[in-house]
Amino acid sequence: MNKVFLITKREFLTRVRKRTFLIATILTPLLFPAIIGGIIYLMVQEENNQEARTIEVFDPGNILPLEDNDRFRFVNVSGDSTARITAFLEGDHYGHLEINQDKGKQYRVFTKSSFSLNENNRLENIIEGAIRQQNLDSLQISNEVLAAIRPQIDLNTFNIKDQKQSNSGIAFAIGYGTGFLIYMFLFVYGAQVMQGVIEEKTNKIVEIIIATVKPFQLMLGKVLGIASVGLLQLTIWIVLIAVFSFTIFSLFGVDVDQANSMSQAANQMSNVEVGAAQEFANSFYSIPFTSIILTFLFYFLGGYLLYGALFAAVGSAVDSPSDAQQFMFPITIPLIASIIGLTAVLQNPDGNLAFWLSIIPLTSPITMMGRIGFGMPPLWELLLSMTLLVAGFVGAIWLAGRIYRIGILMHGTKVNYKVLVRWLMMKN
Amino acid sequence: MSFISIDSITKSYSGHTALKDLSFEIPKGSIYGLLGPNGAGKTTLIRIINQIIEADSGSITIDGQKLNQNHIKIIGYLPEERGLYKKMKVSEQLIFMAELRGMKRREAIASIKDWTARLEIDDWLKAKVQDLSKGMAQKIQFIATVLNYPKVIILDEPFSGFDPVNANLIKDEILRLRDNGSTILFSTHRMESVEELCDELTLIHRSTGLVSGTKKQIKRKYSDNTFAVTYKGHLNDLNGYEVIDNSTDEDGLNHSVIKLPDNDTNQLLSKLINQVEVYSFTERIPSINDIFISLTTDDHE
Repeated sequence: MNKVFLITKREFLTRVRKRTFLIATILTPLLFPAIIGGIIYLMVQEENNQEARTIEVFDPGNILPLEDNDRFRFVNVSGDSTARITAFLEGDHYGHLEINQDKGKQYRVFTKSSFSLNENNRLENIIEGAIRQQNLDSLQISNEVLAAIRPQIDLNTFNIKDQKQSNSGIAFAIGYGTGFLIYMFLFVYGAQVMQGVIEEKTNKIVEIIIATVKPFQLMLGKVLGIASVGLLQLTIWIVLIAVFSFTIFSLFGVDVDQANSMSQAANQMSNVEVGAAQEFANSFYSIPFTSIILTFLFYFLGGYLLYGALFAAVGSAVDSPSDAQQFMFPITIPLIASIIGLTAVLQNPDGNLAFWLSIIPLTSPITMMGRIGFGMPPLWELLLSMTLLVAGFVGAIWLAGRIYRIGILMHGTKVNYKVLVRWLMMKN
Repeated sequence: MSFISIDSITKSYSGHTALKDLSFEIPKGSIYGLLGPNGAGKTTLIRIINQIIEADSGSITIDGQKLNQNHIKIIGYLPEERGLYKKMKVSEQLIFMAELRGMKRREAIASIKDWTARLEIDDWLKAKVQDLSKGMAQKIQFIATVLNYPKVIILDEPFSGFDPVNANLIKDEILRLRDNGSTILFSTHRMESVEELCDELTLIHRSTGLVSGTKKQIKRKYSDNTFAVTYKGHLNDLNGYEVIDNSTDEDGLNHSVIKLPDNDTNQLLSKLINQVEVYSFTERIPSINDIFISLTTDDHE
């Protein structure tokens, strides 16, 4: 056990001391929001800066008066079809709208460049609005009457078991966010394990090491070493994000005590009117962060140990990363399946698919995180999933160890699945 | 007194026999040569002794004890295919290897200082491995093998990658280690180093041990009773003796290689003396290299 510790320590220290670790650890939590924020900012800017586009309107019957807004300006044109189109093609107007009384093709818009879905929707809305107004006028319904008819409710969800107000938007975000994080980590750290193993193998250092430790200990030490790097990185990120969100919330003027008392008020089901931000803060502070973080760490670690061992086995079997491709496929399939399944799971977190995906060890780390955003699943399901995950990674480490012990000593052999199975069966 | 005894070791990989019924004894405090062409099974045997793999049958005892986990820390192993962690500092790397062998950090550091000074590489302790030349890296690997003065040292082609000066440096250290009480198993296919260093040896070919013993015993076994004679005069009647080779040099001296049917050298000498003036008479003793080549290239089977 002491030797495993030595190897773990070496893996941990050499990785943590690298400058790239420090940079990645500090920059990632800043970079991701910055990139996403930047893209959104640019999109908004582009929308805002766009000048109103001129649309020619051919409305011979004068049936529909269209009002200009900040997106579109409407000018009326007339004449026969060919002349109008020729003029449109030569001019610099953005679109040409035909309102015909003939049935079937009542509204047609011609453009010189392709119309985006958004633009199409906007123009449609304007036309629909104008028609609606006409209909209201002809039926003699005033806007006040319409507003009185149209109901406006706000459905609040309460999870009776947790005695807390929940917000399915936030639950979705947490589920998807944590699930995706695990997905990413499994790939990133798994690949690190594989690269480390390949490096040791091609470096020829492995034979010196396994003269003093068992191959299994070497593999375990490496997997654990990289796991501790991942845990350290995660801890730093959690702390950084906590600090950020506290800063942001205090900037928005929602302080924790107030939010807590608010959510207590909500618990008593009082009909206090709360503002949108307050409501969000309510739901936010009612999220069981501690249990989410703890389960996250468990599933991250369990999933990582499972996949890390498999990646180590792949690394041991090949001579270079490019040879690894053929064996990566069966490892990445369950990962990709779980990230695709995650969307379905989030739609129905208590459904059959969610249940099975969150029980099977290969998919449970990602799927279970998706479910947990919506509140803890039944305890027996959680325990079953966790037990199976532990059994899964123990099994995976055992299996990987058997391939690894043979693989790391093999150089220049053509390895396929048949060979892997033979190694698996081979005695020492 | 044998320190390590290899007793009918057999090992086969799927369909291919790597070692077949191999036995020999390594005396305590000796340098024992394990010779054989590439693929003969040397590395397999070494891996079995290092417990990297297990033999199918047969047994190995070290100092009277069956091979077990406790032996790992008394064996220092320098594999033929060897490397280091490129991104690590030399000192960290050596400490790591020493700790894996069960050395305490403090004694490891002291031993590393001593060894790097001996091999004239102490200026490089703070450097990263990737900045070392190949020879330097080889020295570090050698140090990593021996820094805890293991009782058993296994060196697989230790001189590959060394220039002659450094090879001598390493040779002296190997001798010093032996004098310190280590038993050294030295695997190679380069014969010149065997003649110089080894006390005893085993020759492996095609998974089986062909011959074992001291250098002298082996040479005696494979000497074929041929004698080189230098003489003046003309040699004619030598019935019963086979003259293998005849030549004359620029001084007018004749050189003949004569094969004896038995061991009676005096009889041949007396015959020679009657006919010619004998300048020298020496037995032709084969070098280990000759024996090695004749045994491994002749296809007797």
